[in-house]
Amino acid sequence: MSGTQVDVRPRLGRLARGAKAEIIGLDESGIVTALPAGELERRLIEMGLIEGARIEVLHEGFPRRDPIAVRVNDHTVALRRSEANAVIVHLLPEEAP
Amino acid sequence: MADDKIAPRVALVGNPNSGKTAVFNALTGARQKVANYAGVTVEKKEGLFVSPAGTRVKVLDLPGTYSLRARSPDEEVTRDVMLGRMDGEAIPDAIVFVADATNLRLNLRLVLELKKLGRPIILALNMMDAAEKQGLEVDAAELSAELGIPVVPTIAIQSGGVAALLAQIDRTIQVAEVEGWGLTQAECGWSEPSSHDLRDYHREVERVLACAVQSPARPHTATLRLDKVLLHPAAGLAILLAVLFLMFQAVFAWARLPMELLDAGITLLKQGIDAALADGPIKSLLNDGVLAGVGSVVIFLPQILVLFFFIQMLEDTGYMARAAFLLDKLMGGVGLHGRAFIPLLSSFACAVPGIMAARTIENRTDRIATIMIAPLMTCSARLPVYTLLIAAFVPDKVVLGGWVGLPGLVMFGLYAAGILSGLIVAFVMKRTVLRGAREPLLMQLPAYRLPRIRNVALGLYDRGKAFLTRAGTTIFTLMVIVWVLGSYPLAPEGATEPAIRYSIAGAIGHALEPLLAPIGFNWQIALALVPGMAAREVAVGVLGTIYALSGSGDALKTSLAAALTASWSLPTALSLLAWYVFAPQCLATLGVVRRELNSRFWPAVMFVFLTTLAYGAAFITYRVAVAMVG
Repeated sequence: MSGTQVDVRPRLGRLARGAKAEIIGLDESGIVTALPAGELERRLIEMGLIEGARIEVLHEGFPRRDPIAVRVNDHTVALRRSEANAVIVHLLPEEAP
Repeated sequence: MADDKIAPRVALVGNPNSGKTAVFNALTGARQKVANYAGVTVEKKEGLFVSPAGTRVKVLDLPGTYSLRARSPDEEVTRDVMLGRMDGEAIPDAIVFVADATNLRLNLRLVLELKKLGRPIILALNMMDAAEKQGLEVDAAELSAELGIPVVPTIAIQSGGVAALLAQIDRTIQVAEVEGWGLTQAECGWSEPSSHDLRDYHREVERVLACAVQSPARPHTATLRLDKVLLHPAAGLAILLAVLFLMFQAVFAWARLPMELLDAGITLLKQGIDAALADGPIKSLLNDGVLAGVGSVVIFLPQILVLFFFIQMLEDTGYMARAAFLLDKLMGGVGLHGRAFIPLLSSFACAVPGIMAARTIENRTDRIATIMIAPLMTCSARLPVYTLLIAAFVPDKVVLGGWVGLPGLVMFGLYAAGILSGLIVAFVMKRTVLRGAREPLLMQLPAYRLPRIRNVALGLYDRGKAFLTRAGTTIFTLMVIVWVLGSYPLAPEGATEPAIRYSIAGAIGHALEPLLAPIGFNWQIALALVPGMAAREVAVGVLGTIYALSGSGDALKTSLAAALTASWSLPTALSLLAWYVFAPQCLATLGVVRRELNSRFWPAVMFVFLTTLAYGAAFITYRVAVAMVG
């Protein structure tokens, strides 16, 4: 969190179980990863984590609620919170029961 | 149809968990063989079938992948075969893309990527039965028109479920024969897609889906419900532990009877040879070399089959991915990937299949870390040694308020010591030589499916065959070498000590003795460790031979355990147990590490660090025990 412009948009890695959201962008800058630049973004896209996809956090691991299992359109993807932070989301309101 | 025509080759490609192997089994039945690609150790599954029109077709089952940008050694095979970069592999003539119909998005993206290769593609919408139950309505004709490739529904697990696919393969062959395969000239338009290209593919997939899918599949409700329990942070981990416990029980309990039968069979064979042949080198080679050596390895076949039965069931049901999910954070504490769970689990049967299972780990450093600690998981070959020493030196007392037997507790302690030291080694390695962030997890959690007996049986058949082939080739060779070392030169006339004492192995044992004296090993142990290089459990057999031959008539009558109790001190026995927790002396393990990592450096590192740990642990154990016992 440095620089003048801090991106305050919510990230998938911060969402709690039950949260629903739509993906509005991918940004892997600032994510610590063993992958070469641009690779994490491509892998996320290949797993269906792409702009416009509707997601819901279904499960949280143990300990520290990590990793998370996310419903993405028609399938479920497991990923760690650190990498999920590359996914910028727009929270959707809770549906009426 | 001329018989001398070269059979067209079809490659099966698809995402993981799309039922590709089921389609392969449905097409080929048992007419399949598993080999290795030249230079790499990824399994190559190839089969043969005759199409309805009478053409012989070769099928290649390629490892599942999400893209042609390879991430793991498995996926590299798929890429290299499809791009014609694999040595000794011609580019397949046509592609059958097996897609999970309930989950078309990710599959269709790869189809678009594959179309760039310029080969004919047939899209098989697999698991159509499940998809229809989930409310999917897809217009195959529309899908075919939008994608520009033929589309056929398949239900690979049902008899006749691939009929439409077979008919389409015939049509594709017909077209190709009229127009010429023309494939060698076909321009391969594939290049590694950028994130921009990938987004374009996705937009195209969304457009195609909007045209062809009238009603999307609902989520698999049983899977959602099961996951609520099986992925629960507390209940899920408890269930995983219970599954593992059951698996271990089964590996030992279910395999006991067949192992006893195998043992009896080998003994009968030995007696038969004993009666039929005169004493001499040939009889000794057959009995002491081949049967004693190869037999002591083949006897583990039942355990390996039971273990692989469980692993196959866990994989086919879709539970394996959940296990990796549940354990990822816990294993991350020592720097291991969640996927390291499967290789480490297999290593309790034998480190060799365990190390081979590490191929699914994409990142090389993660993979090396997993491979390096695999031999610290107590393999079943160490059991005979543990059992013998515990029977000889641990009193059969009940401890902890009458609940636990002391022998069982010691056995548990030995297993725990292996696991714990493995975790410590991984922790240290990931912070020193193998530094770097862990590979991302990014893994699909597939819908739960009932495993099919046929697929499980074919999988087990492959495993069993591979294991026996290895026992019949590599281990056989090693055993013959060990036998030669242990038999020559022959004992001189009027020798007072066992013949093995005068052999090359005996000389090695004696040369090693001063090195091993500080940890309390006598020359008999030093000698037993030499053939133990080939297979750990052989050490027990060698000790048996030495003590049977070196004692007078009395020693022959008593059991080996009793002979050891009489001639070894307790510190020596404890020291040997500590040594075997690390047991560096297994040629098969070192060999497979060399092959899998394609390096001489890592097996050398493994040998040195395991020997150091074994020596250190045995030294401390011996000294402490001597100080306490006096």
